[in-house]
Amino acid sequence: MLAEKALDLIRELERSVGGSLPPYNEDRVRQVLEEMRVLCEQNQKDVSATVAGESGLFSGVQVRHAALERNKRCLLAYLYNRIEQIKKMRWEFGSVLPTEVKYNLCEQEVQWFGRYNKLLANYMRSIGGCGGLDLTQDMKPPKTLYVEVRCLVDHGEFETQDGNVIVLKKNSQHFLLRSECEHLIRQGILEHIVH
Amino acid sequence: MSSLEELEDESGDEVETMTAAEVLSKLEEAWLNEKFAEDLLEAKTDLVECMMEQISEMEDNIHRAKKGDFKVSIHRLEIDRIRYVLSSYLRSRLTKIEKFATHLLEEEKLRKDDEPSKLSPEEFTFAKDYDKLLESHLRNLALRHMPAHIQTLDPKQTAVRPNLDKYVFLRVNEDTEGVLVEEETLDTGEEIVDMKKGDQHIMRYRPVAPLVASGAVSLI
Repeated sequence: MLAEKALDLIRELERSVGGSLPPYNEDRVRQVLEEMRVLCEQNQKDVSATVAGESGLFSGVQVRHAALERNKRCLLAYLYNRIEQIKKMRWEFGSVLPTEVKYNLCEQEVQWFGRYNKLLANYMRSIGGCGGLDLTQDMKPPKTLYVEVRCLVDHGEFETQDGNVIVLKKNSQHFLLRSECEHLIRQGILEHIVH
Repeated sequence: MSSLEELEDESGDEVETMTAAEVLSKLEEAWLNEKFAEDLLEAKTDLVECMMEQISEMEDNIHRAKKGDFKVSIHRLEIDRIRYVLSSYLRSRLTKIEKFATHLLEEEKLRKDDEPSKLSPEEFTFAKDYDKLLESHLRNLALRHMPAHIQTLDPKQTAVRPNLDKYVFLRVNEDTEGVLVEEETLDTGEEIVDMKKGDQHIMRYRPVAPLVASGAVSLI
């Protein structure tokens, strides 16, 4: 069926569970583009035949044109929604993507991520005139100044704002400033202990 | 709140005489409005800047304070809270700017010189670059490879626009009479509501949008 492959792309995104990003399906995208090319060629042939005097080809042209439009829309939706996911990950993981995520992106998407990063950083630096504000911090309303956290992985040394150095070892527990360890919690290095 | 009161005095020499607490409550209102409104509201740049200054001054005060002072931790928590409101406010604006970038830039182009812009200069730069970035991505990966006559990206079709007909909760701050809620149609007459201070309503966003902007109602 016409435009079936493009719809598959959308389905694939829709089925990916829990905000994970499926690999960029380059083959499928190329197939869709190929289908569009063929459709367009057929249309041009029919149009020139009509101009030459043949009749009855018009509805065929219209169907193909509708399929072309649909393919275009599906492709763009596919790319756009992937970008939305990538953006979400920027806010979750910070400016460096985990390798397993990066593996699923195509090259242009990685480049896009880099540029978006730069854009965001520029904007955040320009807020309020002096020094800027890191918007990726303070994602949740603060309840207490300090939080109890447990280390999930060996992370190594960590210097706190007042100059103390603590060693983040697996399974060790610490009492830290919330603003300092928020990033680490989101990256999955620390776990917030809620009693 | 000794340091807050100190700060009030210091900020008194600015053009507008507003206490720190007033600025904060204004900012909180702007934050809630921004959070619940469907489209982008006017940027409250001066509030943001003022609050940023307050934060850095308060931080300085804390540094000067004795270590281990009980008041310090309370002030620090207060700063954290203010910073959360501030970032959350700017974040929700940024999300909308990204979502409606094309639409906002169109509006910006049509805007007359005497109308205030919805975007702050920094946000405008961001919107412009973001829009360009997204378009070039779509063009590089897909549009470029399509047959020539459908390569164009028509903003009329593709731009994401805010849904102004969404219903919102609102509280009335000032008595407002004769708000036209429903235009006259063939089957029904027009619907006009008088709003009294303290009332709460649920209605479509479109008719109350100007009231939100003027501060006569706030969204909750």
